[in-house]
Amino acid sequence: MTLARVHVLVGVDDEARLAGVDAVLSALRAAVEELGLSGEVQVVETGTLGISGRGVVIAVQPDGVYYAEVTPADCREIAEEHLLKGRPVARLRLPTAAPVARPGELLARQTRVVLANCGVIDPERIEEYIAQGGYEALGRAVTELRPEDVIELVKRSGLRGRGGAGFPTGIKWSAVRSAPPGERYVVCNADEGEPGTFKDRLILEGDPHKLLEGMALAGYAVGAHLGILYIRGEYALSISRVRKAIADAEGLGILGERVFDTDFSFRVEVRPGAGAYVCGEETALLESLEGKRGWPRIRPPYPVTAGLWGKPTVVNNVETLANVPDIVRRGPAWYRTLGTPTCPGTKVYTVLGSVRYPGLVEVEMGTPLRVLVYELGGGLLPGRTLQGVLIGGAAGAFLPPGELDTRLDFDSLGERGAALGSGAVLVLDERACVVDTLGSVLRFFHHESCGQCVPCRSGTDVLVRLIGRLQGGGASRSVLEQMLTIVDAMRAASLCPLGQSVALPVRTALAGFPEEFASHLDGGGCPQCQATVRALGER
Amino acid sequence: MTKEAVLARYPPAPEALLALLHDLQGTNPGQYLLPEDLELAARHVGLPLSRVRDAVTFYSMFSLRPRGRHIVRLCVSPHCHVAGAWSALDELRRALGVDVGETTPDGLFTLEFTSCLGACGVAPAMMVDDEVVGNLTPEKVRAAIARYREGR
Repeated sequence: MTLARVHVLVGVDDEARLAGVDAVLSALRAAVEELGLSGEVQVVETGTLGISGRGVVIAVQPDGVYYAEVTPADCREIAEEHLLKGRPVARLRLPTAAPVARPGELLARQTRVVLANCGVIDPERIEEYIAQGGYEALGRAVTELRPEDVIELVKRSGLRGRGGAGFPTGIKWSAVRSAPPGERYVVCNADEGEPGTFKDRLILEGDPHKLLEGMALAGYAVGAHLGILYIRGEYALSISRVRKAIADAEGLGILGERVFDTDFSFRVEVRPGAGAYVCGEETALLESLEGKRGWPRIRPPYPVTAGLWGKPTVVNNVETLANVPDIVRRGPAWYRTLGTPTCPGTKVYTVLGSVRYPGLVEVEMGTPLRVLVYELGGGLLPGRTLQGVLIGGAAGAFLPPGELDTRLDFDSLGERGAALGSGAVLVLDERACVVDTLGSVLRFFHHESCGQCVPCRSGTDVLVRLIGRLQGGGASRSVLEQMLTIVDAMRAASLCPLGQSVALPVRTALAGFPEEFASHLDGGGCPQCQATVRALGER
Repeated sequence: MTKEAVLARYPPAPEALLALLHDLQGTNPGQYLLPEDLELAARHVGLPLSRVRDAVTFYSMFSLRPRGRHIVRLCVSPHCHVAGAWSALDELRRALGVDVGETTPDGLFTLEFTSCLGACGVAPAMMVDDEVVGNLTPEKVRAAIARYREGR
C-alpha cells in the first residue's frame, strides 16, 4: 500500500449524482493518470461534503480547498494547476467573500460526531470505517462488557432520541432488556419523511457502518438477534450502500453468526417503505413491517413491551443509533462534554432556503438558531432580509427574527412550545408568504393523515378549506379563531403525534406573524397565495 | 418475470405482503395491480382479500388504475413550494398536456403530486421513476420530459 500525498475527496450523494458526479470522477481519474500523479494523488469517493445546492463538490486535502460546481471539463485544470503545481484554481473555489467565515472553516467550526466520517471516508469500503476506530466499540462490548454495562454507558451519556421526541435512549433499552425472556427486536427508523429533512439519508449514504455498529450494540444490549432497517423506498442509494455494508460486515464476522467469534449473533435486514409519512411514527412503522397498512397503534402498550409481532422492540432513529458507537468507545464522560446538561451531544441539521451556504451541519445541543443561520449558513442571500424560520419541518414551528437566539435543544425549544423535530431549518426571506407556506404545511398533513382517528382526518380537511379561504381573500377574522379551535382539539384528541403536532405550525405562525395573517383577511391577499389558489384550482 | 416467479421469491407469510405487491405491480405494463394480483397475493401470504386491498389502498406507491410507462412525481411540500413548485407544475402541464392524476394519451407519462422526497437541497424537485430531477426551471422540466420521451 502506498501513502498518498494528496487526497481528492469527491462527495457522492443523490444530489451530486444528479449533477453528473460519475463523469467528473472518471475525468478526474483520467487527468491524474495522464499527469503521472497516480502514485501520490488518491481520488476518493465519499459521502456528502455537507454543501448543498452547488452541484459536484470536491475537497483537496490536506490543503483544505473546496471546489463547487465541478464539471468534467474542469478536471484537467484542477489536476494540472492544483494537484501538480500546487496552485488552487481560483475560479472554481467556493466563494471566500462570506461575511463570517469561508466554507472550509465552516466545517471546522462544527462538532462532528455522527457525521465525523461523512465526506472523509469511502462509505463502500469497510476498511476505511475500521481505520477510523469503527467497530472497536462493538468488538469491545461483545468481548469485555456485559449487556447491562452497555446500557449503563448509554444511560450515563444522557443520549436522547433524535427522532423528535427526545426520549432517553438508555431507559428505552433497559425496558426491553428487562422484559420477560423470549424473542426481541431492534428496529431502526429510517423512514425519513419530514419535509425539509434528509439528514438520515446523508448518514446512510456517507457512513452506513456507523449505523450498523449502533444497531448491533443495541442488539447486544437488549438481547436481540435481528435488527430491521426500515428505509423509505425513494432512498435508492441509501438502500444499496447499506446492503453492501451488511454483506461486507458479515464477510468479516462483524455481523451475522458469532459476532467477533463470540456467542452473540446479530443479523440486519433492510425493508424499503412504500410511501407513507405516518410510517415514521413508530407503531405505524411496526404495522407496516408486519405487512399491514401503516395505522398507528393505540398506546400503551408501548413497543418496548409489545412491538414487532407483539415482542419487546427497540425503535430508534438513524441519528440516535449513529451516536452509540462513539459513546461506547469514548465513554459517557466525553459525550457529556458536548451539549447541555439535560441534552448532551450534538444534533444534525439541514439548513436550507434563503441562505448562502445551504447544507448539512452538526453542532452541539444548545447552539443558538442564529449561529445556524448567520454563521454556518453564511447569512441570507445577498440583498435579502430575514422574514422567519420554519424549524422542524411541517410538524415544526415558525419563528420570527426576534426568536433567533432560541437555543436548539429539546428543553429550550420545549419551553417555547416548539419542538426540535427532525432538524430541518428552512430560512424564509421577505419574498416568502407565511400564510402560503402554512397552506403548504396544512395540505401536507391533509394528504398524509392516515384517516384512522376522527380529529386528524376531519381536522386536516377543515383546516385545508379554511386556509384556502384565507388564501383566496374570502376569510374574516373568525376563520383564524376556528383554526385555533380545531388544532387544539386535534392536539388533545388525536391518536398519534401526526395529528397532535399540527397545532405547532399553526399556533406559532399566527402568534409570530400576526400582520401577515391580518393582511390576508377580508379580500386581502398576496401573489404567492393567488398562485397557489390558481394552481390548485386548475386540478 | 412471471407472476409465479415473483410469488416463489417470497415466503408465504403476511410480512412479505408489501414487497410481494411491489414486485407484482412491476410485472404489469401499466405499473398497477390487477384484481387477480390481489387475489394471488392474498392466497400466497394467507390473508383475506379485504386485508390485501386495505394495504394496497393505503400506500402511495401502489395503484389500482393503469399508469404511464414513466411516473412523474412533483414534490409540493413546503421547501419545494417556497422554491417555486407551481411554476414547475405549469410547465409539466404544458409539456405533458395532462393534469395531476392523469396519464398522457400515448401511455408514456402519469403526473402525480408527492410529499417531500428528501431532495430539499435541490428544491424544487421531482422524481421521474427512480431519478431525482432538481433545481427545476421550465427549461429543466422540458429537457427531462424530452429525455424520457426519447427513451432516456
